[in-house]
Parts: sequence; C-alpha cells; structure tokens
Amino acid sequence: MQFEPVLTKGIGEVDLTNIDVYEAQGGYQGLRKALTSMEPLAVVDEVKKANLRGRGGAGFPAGVKWGFLPNDGRARYLTVNADESEPGTCNNRTLIFANPHQIVEGIIIAAFANRIAQSFIYIRGEMKRGAGLLEKAVADAKARGYVGKNILGTGFDQEITVHRGAGAYICGEESALLNSLEGRRGEPRVKPPFPAVVGLYGCPTIINNIETISCIPHIINNGWEWFTKISANPENPKSCGPKLFTISGCVQKPGNYELPIGMSLREVIEVAGGLKPGRTFKAAQPGGSSSPLLGPQHLDVRMDFEGVAAAGSMLGTAAVMVYDDTVDLVEVALYWAKFYSAESCGQCTPCREGTFWLERTFDRILQGGGTAKDVKIIGDMRTQMAGTTICVLSDAAAFYPTSLLKLFPEELDRYIKKLKEVRPA
Amino acid sequence: MSHEITKTIAIREIEPPTWPERCKDEVAAILARYPEEREMSAILPLLHLSMRERDGHYVAVSDMAAIAEICGVSTAYVDSVCSFYAMFHRHPVGKYVITICGNMGCHLLQGGKALVEHIQQTLGIAGGETTPDGLVTLEITGECLAACDLGPVIQVNTEYVAKVNAAKWDALLDALKSGKGPEGYLEKLPLMGGACQDDWKGFPE
Repeated sequence: MQFEPVLTKGIGEVDLTNIDVYEAQGGYQGLRKALTSMEPLAVVDEVKKANLRGRGGAGFPAGVKWGFLPNDGRARYLTVNADESEPGTCNNRTLIFANPHQIVEGIIIAAFANRIAQSFIYIRGEMKRGAGLLEKAVADAKARGYVGKNILGTGFDQEITVHRGAGAYICGEESALLNSLEGRRGEPRVKPPFPAVVGLYGCPTIINNIETISCIPHIINNGWEWFTKISANPENPKSCGPKLFTISGCVQKPGNYELPIGMSLREVIEVAGGLKPGRTFKAAQPGGSSSPLLGPQHLDVRMDFEGVAAAGSMLGTAAVMVYDDTVDLVEVALYWAKFYSAESCGQCTPCREGTFWLERTFDRILQGGGTAKDVKIIGDMRTQMAGTTICVLSDAAAFYPTSLLKLFPEELDRYIKKLKEVRPA
Repeated sequence: MSHEITKTIAIREIEPPTWPERCKDEVAAILARYPEEREMSAILPLLHLSMRERDGHYVAVSDMAAIAEICGVSTAYVDSVCSFYAMFHRHPVGKYVITICGNMGCHLLQGGKALVEHIQQTLGIAGGETTPDGLVTLEITGECLAACDLGPVIQVNTEYVAKVNAAKWDALLDALKSGKGPEGYLEKLPLMGGACQDDWKGFPE
C-alpha cells in the first residue's frame, strides 16, 4: 500500500515548532473539530473505533482505557508519558523535539473527551531542551486560544503542565511516574487500584504515551475508518495505524522510520538499508531491551502487536535492534543485565536481587568462569523474577536472558565449554 | 542509581541559599503549576532550580532544607526523593557535565567502547570525576540516552552530540577549552530516516 507519513510529516523540512507552520500544515484543525462540533463521548467513541493501541509498549486500546474512568465527581487528570528511556527507543524524542504542537493538540482533545481537570506531560530529565520546546508550544497555543481558559469560546478550560524527571528509567512505569510527579521517589505502586481509579493525587487518571497522543488529532481529522485502513497486514484488523519504528544496531541506515504497522521483520530491516554487506542476520529484539529475542526463523513475522506476540516476543516500543553474525549475544546480555540492575528501584526482593545476580552471572560467564550451574541460574529467573514483583521491570530483565537460553543456547555453551577445556576434569 | 562524583572541585558553599529570594517569582510560578495543596509536586522542579542556581551546580543540604520549607515536608524527605534520581548531583560538578551513553547500542555496536577510552584519556579522568580545572565532569551512564540511531551519542549539559568519534570529540574538547563553547557540535534537530545531523542544512528560508 501507498503510505504517507502522518505523525512525522514535514519533520526536517519545515519548522513545526513554529505554530504558524504547524497550522499551515493543518494543525489544530482536529482540536477545532472536536471542541466545536463533537460531544466528548463521541470523541471517545471515535478513538475506540479507530482501535488506537497504546504506543508506549503495552498496546492497550487507548479508547477502552479512557472508558475505565469512574464518574464519581472527583477531579480527573491526564498524564502524558514522555519518559522515553527504553534502550533502543528514540521515537518519542523525535516527536517531542520536532513536532511538539501535535502533542499539545492531542492532549487538549483527549482532555476534552474525558472531562479532564488538568493535564501533565512527564518528560525525562535528560531531554531538557524537549521540555523547553513543549513549554513554548503550550505558551504559543495559549496565545492562540487553544490552551487555557474558555478554549475557542466553548467554555472548556485546560492547563498543561510540563514536569521534568531527573534520571530514572523506572519513572516510565506509569505508577512510578505518578509518584515522581507527586514529588515522591519514583517507585511503582501496587496495582490494583489502577491509575484509572486511583491515580495522580488519588484521582482518576489517564496515562498515554507521546506517540499515542500524537495520533489523536489525525483520528479526529480523518475519521476512525481512515485510521483502521493504515496497515501493511490487512489480515490482522486488531493492529492498525502509523507507527514509528526505531531501527538500530547492525543495519546500514539506522534511524527512525514511520511505517504502517504490520510489515514483516524482513521488510522493516530492508527499510533501514538492510544488513551490512557480507553479514548474515543472527537475531533481533523487536521492541526494546525488554523484548525477547527473535531469530532467523522469525524474519517473516508481522510487526504488529499480535504477530510479534505469537512469535514469543512483543512489539513493545517498536525499537527494533538488529544483531548480525558479528555480535556476541552474551555480551549484549551483560549490558542489559547491568542496565536493569542499575535501574531496579529496589522495592521488591526478586528484582533487586535477581537483576544483581543476572549481572554477576553474565559477568562471570564472559570472564570465562561460567559453569552449567550459571546456565541454570539464568533459566530459573523466568520463574523466580518474572511475575513476582510490583511492576514488570523484573519480567523485562528476565526476558532477554531466558529467550537467549531458548533460542541461542549455543551462544552460552561456547563460554561454558571453553571453561571445561581450561580446567580438565 | 546515582553517579557518585569521586574527585570534586573546591567551591565555597553559600548557605542558606539565595535562590528562594532571588528567584521568588519563578518559585511561585512553579508552585502555581500544580493543584492547590499539592506543593510536594514542586520538589523535583525546585531541585532542578536550586541546582541551576548554585555555583558548582549541585544540591546542597541547605537547598533541600529550603525546598522542604517551601513544600511543607521535612529536609530528610526531600533528601530521600533527591537521592532517588541520578541527575541531582550532590557534589560540585564542572562547567560542562558530559554524559556518555554506555548502554549496548552505543557502546557495543557503534564504537562507544573505544570512544569512552579515548575521552577518558584526553581528559585524564575516569567516569564520575571532574577535571582539576573544573571544566568537565565526566559521566558514563548505563541509562540509554534515547538517540540509538545516532550512536555513539553524548550529552553536554543535556544537549545532544550525535555520531561522536575521536576526531569530533577532540574538536569539541578544543572548543570547550578555548571558551568557544559546544554550540557548533550540538544536534540541531532529531531527523527521520537516519539522516545525518552533520549534513542537515536547516530549514529552507
């Protein structure tokens, strides 16, 4: 199918941080349409019918999530998750730095649809410039009457607060994000209650990712049917829409690419220029460091939520990291293990200890001191770490190592057997 | 989670801090961003502010006491929040905090390993240390900086420098040493399709 970029149209060609340029490209038309001609529930319905799945990793339908808010008179909040920190992922960064008004517009529409009292953008501390660009976009939109009191004369009020984090991966987990926004340590909360019921300041709260929010103006402008038709795999109607893929690692042209959801892994790698000459494909992680490995047998897997899940992994943030035959997957494992060990908040014992032991174990194996026992330790993490903690950081830390054992046992064997040669029995 | 600075530079610590008075309006504006009686939400923004305002760009105990006063919590509470986040430095740092991505994509696949060694060698310090002249504090972070298509990537005071190699680093360091500043090397805009920053001419007039 012919695909025109939706979310990234004009990036690098025109300065979309300028509100005039954004409006000239059709910006703020979706906001105008929603606020002046639609009922809030009709907006929710439109997003539901568009089957907009959360782009932050979980893939939960945004419209359904919106529907969970109880109607009990408490203030409602919208929080946009811009704490992009998943290793391998940098597509939100592009949307924030290069197209901030699209985010502001999406927020106002979502806030209107859900009768939100106040909206927040939680942006990771390292993206200081991005926070400034968002603040400027909010101020410029306010000057035009798109944000603030009595928006477009409709009587609808909405303020957007940009809140900067300060360097903690875990704050991308939605309940940790809420704690951080409330001025607490960024430790995840026990769920239930879910944020839709008890979220920010104890009130019903929606948390959507930057890319999810960026889709909303386009859905309102073009209608839900248009959105559901954007797909490279029409056989799977459950996943649709444009998606930013960050393709990195052993490809010729690493970068961010906006593609229709549902292309095969092989096609996605081709989009990024394919592998370097003379190299062969070994493995890929389809959705950031937290997603289990895929191997050569998975090259025809469709890059949509269902296709990747059926192959035993997850689409996650669609950060595709490609490994060719020169990459030692055990070395990769040590990087991930170190990362999760450093970023575990330490609340839950299986995660705090498990990430620590994964790091030690992989370190030992790479140093040449690994034994069959170490392989067992890694295998046991599937049951000892995954599913045992308050949040899924623990599961995420265990996914790569257990998929390494399952799909590429020879990679570890190489190290373990070398030891036997050094130390004859 | 925090990066400990082992070698520090001598800075005279002024206490109590002067920012609560000097930046009165900004403090009030920060508090106004959150709903009534939710002053605790201002802790992170005020920590950022206090760090920006203090010589040596770090958070002193007296800053935390001032924030505790403003937000209606104890100093110990502000300390517990502050200590959770890696970006709040607790010791004076150099004029430029240079953060190198030490995560897999940059470090293993795109030559970051050799770059880290080169940077440490040219600065004469290791990660977590500050050059004796107070120019550069070097941090090697395991947290991905979210620019994996542009690796190896570094940040200079939270501004990105993309596709760094030894030659680019040497030129950047010269610019910092000569007082020119990093501007010529900073990323202008994240682009699509792996387009290289260094070839981007900017927006057409």
